[in-house]
Amino acid sequence: MKILVCISHVPDTTSKINFTEGDTKFDTNGVQFVINPNDEFGLTRAMWFKEKQGASVDVVNVGGAETEPTLRKALAIGADSAIRVNTEATDGFAVAKQLAKVVNDGGYDLVIAGRESIDYNGAMVPGMLAGMIGANFVTNCIGLEVDGTSAKAIREIDGGKETVSTSLPLVIGGQKGLVEESDLRIPNMRGIMMARKKPLTVVEPTDASAETKVVSFEKPAPRGAVKLVDADNIDELVSLLHNEAKVI
Amino acid sequence: MSILVYTESENGKLKKAALEVVSYAKAVADQMGTSVTAVAVNADNAEILGNYGASKVLLVKDDSLKAFNAKKYAAIVDNAANNEGAKVVVVSSSADSKYLAPLLAVSLDAGYVSNVFEAPSSVSPFTVKRTTFTNKAFANTEITTDVKIVGLSNNSFGLVESGGSASVEDFSPSLPDSGVNVESIDKATDKVSIADAEIVVSGGRGLKGPENWGMIEELADVLGAATACSKPVSDLGWRPHSEHVGQTGKPVASNLYIAIGISGAIQHLAGINSSKVKVVINTDPEAPFFKAADYGVVGDAFEVVPKLIEKLKAFKAANA
Repeated sequence: MKILVCISHVPDTTSKINFTEGDTKFDTNGVQFVINPNDEFGLTRAMWFKEKQGASVDVVNVGGAETEPTLRKALAIGADSAIRVNTEATDGFAVAKQLAKVVNDGGYDLVIAGRESIDYNGAMVPGMLAGMIGANFVTNCIGLEVDGTSAKAIREIDGGKETVSTSLPLVIGGQKGLVEESDLRIPNMRGIMMARKKPLTVVEPTDASAETKVVSFEKPAPRGAVKLVDADNIDELVSLLHNEAKVI
Repeated sequence: MSILVYTESENGKLKKAALEVVSYAKAVADQMGTSVTAVAVNADNAEILGNYGASKVLLVKDDSLKAFNAKKYAAIVDNAANNEGAKVVVVSSSADSKYLAPLLAVSLDAGYVSNVFEAPSSVSPFTVKRTTFTNKAFANTEITTDVKIVGLSNNSFGLVESGGSASVEDFSPSLPDSGVNVESIDKATDKVSIADAEIVVSGGRGLKGPENWGMIEELADVLGAATACSKPVSDLGWRPHSEHVGQTGKPVASNLYIAIGISGAIQHLAGINSSKVKVVINTDPEAPFFKAADYGVVGDAFEVVPKLIEKLKAFKAANA
């Protein structure tokens, strides 16, 4: 089985979010970038398929050369090789289109992406990719088993979960549950050294124009200070929630 | 050309989010000088959509569609959009709608923007505002394609009754093979889900152990709320993963979020800060959650929560 794991290069959760160029670009100054957490759960599940079922695991990112350390980290975790599509990730559609070309060229059976990236939160790339390549698709995926060309997946739904059966080729939108937090791997020195020698192929982009464009970013207005209510005066809290906040 | 809106139902009954997306679609239709057509699957009360601004409902009745299937449902909406010549399609932010919308975007060749929380600031060029960077920023986003898909954040626009009525027409488009088949569904039917809840009561490690969740459930019960928990609590196995809210868990966009014994790590806040009103109850006045909350009580949850339950019961009785 050939697996492709899509890796988004995202600012760490604790990053300060600022914008430059007249509020049209994310300010990467001083920002620490990491593998998108939802993708890391998928990558770790892919490692399981590699170790238990002999799958090959490649990782891919659509972005500039600045994303390569993130791909190297994925290689250090255990992926076999990496592909970087050398273009700016302009919107979900354009990224999905680039990925579709990589999947078709590489003949992958299973593509694992995160259900959404923690920066733009679009939650659309895996589904669009599946639509473009005509593969089956399961998102919010919290469990995945593959046997030959059949797959069983568990999808988180509002208020519960459902078990589905499907077949390869398959695109997964993964999240925590595919593996647990405690299963995530921190690259060791040997992994890091090996990652330096693993192939990282840069491919030029295919023709794909974005369908949406960010005109400007804004930050929410600073919030007012918290209103503290004395623990002995819970009546006041109930009254504030009813009369002021109007939520009960 | 009308505005097409996909309305979700459960066990034959339209969900509240369905009424909200129709209300939103009506606002977009007014801006564009057109009307709203809704598409619904196996809904028994489709005519109520007229009251929220739909003038027509395309109703699919098909027992084989009882369980949601993204590919089939996307094909239904695709067919409806083509039939109506719709230039704008509106969907909700439920797990199912977010599953369907990207497939629909590809088949309709439509630009799709999710997490939108306001009516378009302009319809030409078509520009909407969405949350991004896990609610730490907003992005004014233009959709440049001929057909546009808007994913509306739940609980962001509210319900707007317009007092109109809708004609309900049977709709039976041809459907593709499912590709993905539901084997079993495991869902608590007697509980409010986090996605649908207007109020969410959430507990953290400050509650000391799973045996102390009785008061969280009782508080949720009094408020008609869903219960949730922080990441450490689900990692410790005190509560099921399905209750974990935060960046890697479920997002919360309720009207009221009550955090009990949760310190407010940035990953937690990232998942819950699109809730409108936040209340925090914590013994530690330095807990970061107090900086993100609207109302706070510094105190022991084991004293404060029972008192809050008692006061709320009295309030409910007085306002019943």
